[in-house]
Amino acid sequence: MSLLTPDAKTHVDPAAQASVPEKSRAERKTSFDVADFPLPHGREEDWRFTPVDRLTGLLADEPTADGAVTVEVSDQSVVAEPLAADEGVRGTALVPGDRASALAHANSAKALHLKLDAETEYDEPLRVTVHGNAGKRSNGHVVIEAGVHSKGLVILEHTGSGEHTANVEVVVGDGAHLTVVSLQQWDDDALHLAQHEALVGRDATYRHIAVTLGGKVVRINSNVKYDGPGGDATLLGVYFADAGQHLEHRTFIDHNAARTKSLVTYKGALQGESAHSVWVGDVLIRAEAEGIETYELNRNLVLTDGARADSVPNLEIETGEIAGAGHASSTGRFDDEQLFYLQARGIPEGEARRLVVRGFFADVISKIGVPAVVEPLMEAIDAELAAGAQV
Amino acid sequence: MSTLEIRDLHVSVDTDKGSKEILKGVNLTVKSGETHAIMGPNGSGKSTLAYSIAGHPKYNVTSGTVTLDGEDVLAMKVDERARAGLFLAMQYPVEVPGVTVSNFLRTAKTAVDGEAPKLRHWVKDIKQSMAALRMDDGFAERGVNEGFSGGEKKRHEILQLELLKPKMAILDETDSGLDVDALRVVSEGVNRVKDSTDAGVLLITHYTRILRYIKPDHVHVFVNGRVAEEGGPELADRLEAEGYDRFLTPTA
Repeated sequence: MSLLTPDAKTHVDPAAQASVPEKSRAERKTSFDVADFPLPHGREEDWRFTPVDRLTGLLADEPTADGAVTVEVSDQSVVAEPLAADEGVRGTALVPGDRASALAHANSAKALHLKLDAETEYDEPLRVTVHGNAGKRSNGHVVIEAGVHSKGLVILEHTGSGEHTANVEVVVGDGAHLTVVSLQQWDDDALHLAQHEALVGRDATYRHIAVTLGGKVVRINSNVKYDGPGGDATLLGVYFADAGQHLEHRTFIDHNAARTKSLVTYKGALQGESAHSVWVGDVLIRAEAEGIETYELNRNLVLTDGARADSVPNLEIETGEIAGAGHASSTGRFDDEQLFYLQARGIPEGEARRLVVRGFFADVISKIGVPAVVEPLMEAIDAELAAGAQV
Repeated sequence: MSTLEIRDLHVSVDTDKGSKEILKGVNLTVKSGETHAIMGPNGSGKSTLAYSIAGHPKYNVTSGTVTLDGEDVLAMKVDERARAGLFLAMQYPVEVPGVTVSNFLRTAKTAVDGEAPKLRHWVKDIKQSMAALRMDDGFAERGVNEGFSGGEKKRHEILQLELLKPKMAILDETDSGLDVDALRVVSEGVNRVKDSTDAGVLLITHYTRILRYIKPDHVHVFVNGRVAEEGGPELADRLEAEGYDRFLTPTA
């Protein structure tokens, strides 16, 4: 007996009706032209988790306001001539993948250009501090060019307020070792939409670390593709979403070359009413990408009721000849039995919570391994927990 | 000299069908240096007694008192009870991923003593205790109970007992799931603690075999939420021979 009656309807996800989903991640639109990206309504695949109603101002095609940001670079020796849209390496790695990125590109006549000389090791972290001012909007584009066999660490620090679209375009030369850290330490009302795109050269090592603690809506799309075989990319993320915060991280590894490697590890904690985190991890292994190795992982620790974590790993494989591919994703509540166990050993509740949360982040923190990032980060997490305990 | 005193303790838990009373008037006094074995069939409430004394939030004390040297234990938070000198070796120790054993032990020791242990002595103490419990050095850098075997978890509980030096130790079925060698190692650890600190021990067990290694001064048979019979070590021998059947015969 069939349960289907003649007028039975199968359920159709409204999100799926709104736009035709692409067959492959490779088909998603990229363009330098803002007009190619209409204002999102929130049902598009790549905007479906994002509170687009809070972004109508920022997604309008507006130039950077006077005094919207102050940008400082710690070491002037790496600051090269700014790049126009079609100048130098600009546009070779990053082609905007959404409206925010297209706006950041179109409204950045000249891009800040950091150039690490070939075969040069930079011992000190190169710091770029971006401070935003309340009520103002900016569009930014930064190009980081790491010369062949160079080695360096670039730390982008975002503080203050305002509304910002931003592109970070990274070209990692053959054999270079480059780490790019992006710290989002915004005030509670800041909006930040970013695309960080890296082109990883032959046998080069690229590490991208996103640490997002502040901001009202932060969305960072961190993408990697390869410019030759043997490249190795590690994308790490730590986030802590409080009440009212939307923190979204999307990663896309395009394995377009043979024997390339990628490792994506994102971990987040959430506390407070309507705290929301999103992680979408896309990996595409193209037919030509034989012998590659990839693993992506996202874990979320929900500390209080009322918070929500979305976690979506996508793995697309077009070749059978791979060394390894896997993904894992999980979201769990804070375990009160852990708290009991620690308290039963005399450890007070606040400290026990801190231990559990620090333990949760321990593996990704040890992978970050940059003392200049790790120490302030652990203190910031402790402060977030302490603030949460006051509520 | 410390005294743990339990008087007419009633404890219930919330179930789907409402509140259910598990402990129905427990009386027990444990003094420093004494070892009390609590034996009883499954479901008699032995573990509930252990967790109630430690302060697990699942258990509601509805009446009765628990005092340690006259102080009201039931008024204390879980961590305050531990700092007052109570220790519960758990039957199912909880995994705390990413928190190393060494960090955990140091944090607990600091909390219990009220000051950080002197580094040199502390490292030596840990090494000695771990060696005595046949735990290799790498253990200290593993996550707390993370991926531990059943035997490793129990050794880790006894390691904490040795290092934290409580006034009263409650061992909740520490013997369950251990092979003979592990049982002997764990029992030796408990005996070392008894000899060196004069702690009172409340040994909760289903089986008599651990009593071959840890000699009880008093044996209490626990049935249906209260102590049904008390005696000396000979009571354990009798239970080994006869089992719990005579306590479980339905009475009119």
